Amino acid sequence: MNSAIVAVLLLVLMGLAYQIGWSRSHGVAPTGGRLHSRPNYHGALTAIWALVPALLVFGLWALFGDTASRAFIISNLPPEVSSLGGQELEGAIRRIRQIASGFGVVGETQPYENLAGQALREFQTFSFALVIAAAAGLGALALFAARRRIAPQLRARNEVERVVFFLLLACSAVAILTTVGIVASLLTEAIRFFTFVSPVDFFFGTVWNPRFSSVGAGSGEYGLLPLLWGTLMVATIAMLVALPIGLMTAIYLSQYAPAKVRNTVKPVVEILAGIPTIVYGFFALVTVGPFLAGIGQSLGLQIRATSAMTAGIVMGIMIIPFISSLSDDILRQVPRAMRDGSLGLGATQSETIKRVILPAALPGIVGAFLLAVSRAIGETMIVVLAAGNSPYLRLNLGEAVSTVTVTIVNQLTGDTDFASPQSLVAFALGLTLFAMTLVLNVVALYIVRRYREQYE
Amino acid sequence: MNKDTVMEPNAMQLPSERIVERSDLYSIKSSTVRTPDETPLPTRVKAREVSVFYGAKQALFDVSIDVPERAVTAFIGPSGCGKSTFLRCLNRMNDTIEGCRVTGRIELDGADVYDPQLDVVELRARVGMVFQKPNPFPKSIFENVAYGPRIHGLARNKTELEEIVVGSLKKASLFEEVKDRLHEPGTGLSGGQQQRLCIARAIAVSPEVILMDEPCSALDPIATAKIEELIDELRANYTIVIVTHSMQQAARVSQRTAFFHLGILVEEGPTETIFTGPREKRTQDYITGRFG
Repeated sequence: MNSAIVAVLLLVLMGLAYQIGWSRSHGVAPTGGRLHSRPNYHGALTAIWALVPALLVFGLWALFGDTASRAFIISNLPPEVSSLGGQELEGAIRRIRQIASGFGVVGETQPYENLAGQALREFQTFSFALVIAAAAGLGALALFAARRRIAPQLRARNEVERVVFFLLLACSAVAILTTVGIVASLLTEAIRFFTFVSPVDFFFGTVWNPRFSSVGAGSGEYGLLPLLWGTLMVATIAMLVALPIGLMTAIYLSQYAPAKVRNTVKPVVEILAGIPTIVYGFFALVTVGPFLAGIGQSLGLQIRATSAMTAGIVMGIMIIPFISSLSDDILRQVPRAMRDGSLGLGATQSETIKRVILPAALPGIVGAFLLAVSRAIGETMIVVLAAGNSPYLRLNLGEAVSTVTVTIVNQLTGDTDFASPQSLVAFALGLTLFAMTLVLNVVALYIVRRYREQYE
Repeated sequence: MNKDTVMEPNAMQLPSERIVERSDLYSIKSSTVRTPDETPLPTRVKAREVSVFYGAKQALFDVSIDVPERAVTAFIGPSGCGKSTFLRCLNRMNDTIEGCRVTGRIELDGADVYDPQLDVVELRARVGMVFQKPNPFPKSIFENVAYGPRIHGLARNKTELEEIVVGSLKKASLFEEVKDRLHEPGTGLSGGQQQRLCIARAIAVSPEVILMDEPCSALDPIATAKIEELIDELRANYTIVIVTHSMQQAARVSQRTAFFHLGILVEEGPTETIFTGPREKRTQDYITGRFG
């Protein structure tokens, strides 16, 4: 309700300001002369000026409104309650807020609580009205100030462009700052973890057995290597499946397929990329796992239904469209002149592809490959369901394994205490994973970029 | 209709004073125009009523022409007139273009080029091609030239391969400039050198016919002059067909010229005749720059 009122107020203010700015600029236009900026820029500028103070008021309210209402509640509490500290005071404040909001509370309400709730409700209504009035008033003031500025030589267009520039800058800053924030939180939590477990034990330990947090800190072994080994094993199997199939799909699509086939096959292959990974996960669990186990049995091999192989193969299938789609684009970027040059010398199509097109496209394909690897390393749902979760260092592909991502899920689900190394280790694992994929992505982007420069 | 426009070489009968007048008027120096050889040259490539379609659109209409041996034949005409399309029919490079269909008959030494039994790989080894933009492979200079001999198995060992590469580079007058950096990338050469590298690459498979699709259009005048000189030298051993936009170039390097317009072969004959006394008004208009 409240937010709807705010939105309506802002929209009305904006519309009104735009109209006023627009018509005013028409009014000040000298007869026969020209405005520096077109009327729609004047309208937009007026709207921006009117919105900024109103938004500022709402922003301040969002920042400090809670503190103000809290102070108001405390001032309304009897001294013996308000002098309580910590949890009890917080509980009392929460109860009063619930009373004020009209939802019930557990247990009997004290008379002072009812009074305070009533007072809080009045305070909220009053403060909201005040904020709305302040926003509307300031907005109107700013609107008229902006209207007064409108003159034929006012550079409204340039000012609007500057505002747009900063708006765009702010949006891209959000993405960058979020990344920085995530990395910072990963780092701080990981550092906390390393106060429990030494980095040497973590990075070079060969046993993963964190126990449960209820057992207490300091008991349990946090060796990264079994998890890293599992991750690499699954990713390697995935790439062994995805690279040949994906690359050959790309070669077929870009070099051999008639336009008609290509235009149907490419989107169909790309649909694979759109299937949620959890669906791949149960496909692995229900179909591929038992199938592989059956094959293993008939060959006299011991293959578990949930194993590195199951997870790896299904993950490979998931990655095929990444490789094929990226490689297809890269192969098609190889200039036609290269292809013609080779064909014109009497090379067959496959000789041309093998000796000219693939070497020319190799850097790009390597880039695509690395992007796919980083995707395989970071993949979670398939391995959660199909890898078997068994963090031991062993070579057998038919045995269950565990990966870094699966372990993060395990350590953070269920009853967790975020002060124990059992949970904090997830951040150290996350940081490791992040570092790995970051390096892979940077290398891949570098290679792809160098390749692009070659033909431009 | 086009049968009228395709003319026999001996049908050219023009008063000599007219030739002088035209050559002055259009400032084509008579020294640059080569006199046609006295004896008619044997035909290497023979095309009869060749039409090309891109999908439903017809790009070339019943072209018939004889390309003589050990001579340079130039195809001229405005952009989109079908001269490159026709050139690409001669070694079936049009096969690589989707939706392209060729009708009519093209013979190389009497054998049908479009015979389904014919191995297109073998054909392209016999009919080499040089493209408009220099297109060296992203390999070393040596590997660029060795590419063709390698895929066709022309050299039995390394020494033979080296001989072929060096010989081809020499024939393409490039060897002296690159002999110290044979193993550096071919893409690092200048445009003119790259184009000569592409010619060396084509020569390395010892073709009989070399097709050149505007080989100098991406080059500066000095590099162009070198290529033209080279074409003139190559004429002694190869049958050359060149597509060019430059009428001066056609006049300088070719012995025979064919003028294409709107997919039709308008006129064909000895270069001198085409440039000094064309029979068709359209040819005359084109070479004098009245339309393009």
